[in-house]
Amino acid sequence: MPNLPPKKEIFLTGLWKDNPVLRQILGICSTLAVTNLMVNTLVMDLGLIFTVCMSSLTVSLLRKVTPLRIRMMVQTLIIASYVIIVDILIKAYLPDISEALGPYVALIITNCIIMGRCEAFARHNPPGASFIDGLGMSLGYSLVLIAIAFIREPLGFGTLLGFRVMPQGFVHWTVMIMAPGAFFTLGIMVWILKYFRPQTGEEKG
Amino acid sequence: MDAINPLTLFFAAIFTNNILLTNFLGLCPFLSMSGQKKSAFGMGAAVVFVMASTTALNNLVHFKVLVPLGLEHFRYIVFIVVIAAFVQMVEMTVERFFPALYFSLGIFLPLITVNCAIFGASLFMVIREYDFVQSLAYGAGSGIGWMLAIVAISAIREKLQKTAKLPRGLEGPAITLIITGLLALAFLAFSGMIRVQ
Repeated sequence: MPNLPPKKEIFLTGLWKDNPVLRQILGICSTLAVTNLMVNTLVMDLGLIFTVCMSSLTVSLLRKVTPLRIRMMVQTLIIASYVIIVDILIKAYLPDISEALGPYVALIITNCIIMGRCEAFARHNPPGASFIDGLGMSLGYSLVLIAIAFIREPLGFGTLLGFRVMPQGFVHWTVMIMAPGAFFTLGIMVWILKYFRPQTGEEKG
Repeated sequence: MDAINPLTLFFAAIFTNNILLTNFLGLCPFLSMSGQKKSAFGMGAAVVFVMASTTALNNLVHFKVLVPLGLEHFRYIVFIVVIAAFVQMVEMTVERFFPALYFSLGIFLPLITVNCAIFGASLFMVIREYDFVQSLAYGAGSGIGWMLAIVAISAIREKLQKTAKLPRGLEGPAITLIITGLLALAFLAFSGMIRVQ
């Protein structure tokens, strides 16, 4: 790619225009699993932002010396190494949350967003741009996660970040903290977004 | 921890603890492959086989090699490599000896390496400390559960495309997510029948 768009544009593309979750429907496994509590969501977001940025940067730095045939394996190993760092850090400093997140921190490795960015962007772009691209994408992902948690936690538990926000008599919608509530919330969000921007429907797919 | 009967675990993994509908794993291929019943079936069959084998294999690798050597922290990398190598090997074997099967199933095999359900099953196996037989039962059950879900959804989506007129923006991933939610709600009816964590 000879003429690179300005960094700000790369950043905004990831953050909103090509939002990984809502537009490309990527990486939703962990999106749905951790969003029943805001705290878990925030920790997950930080882990993901770190992993995406650093692995985009590393893949980009190594892009000239990586043989084409084994690039997937190299990318996976780079991603896995960063995820192990995140996992050990969370285990050491936030043991309770590590318990609650269970295997989902490790599942960042198979999160399609990271692999997708490495494959689609970092593989043939300079490190600076790749880092910005990773930052935009992961922040876009985080925003959606926070939005979903913002809907699910108050309705399901009546709290937000552990503080009570709903009135005392509020009957908890238990379904919101279970699997179906997650599917409904994300489904409706994707629907609303597509409804208001229908002209982008026939892009690359 | 008292040992759970492998058969119980097998059915629990299909119904009460369905890996897709309660743990949200393997959603990416689920959404992109569930358009047609035929490809959903092929993908599902490939997942059943790979998941059962790799979960059992990773069980051996983790408890017989990594734990004695004190290398548990490296298990993510090791698991991924085991899964990738296994898929590659299966692909080569099938291509060499069963070309007909390769053309119907083979195209799904490379996609499986990045299927988070496969990796997730191995991680759950470690966290819940299953032994070898339990891992095999759990892997097979989870795979069948995943296949059940994707075949069900693809059948619903095929019907939907023929008959329903959807509002703007709802077609595609949005309606699939909502149907999946309804399916998950239906599967909640099984919960409590078997209790496995």
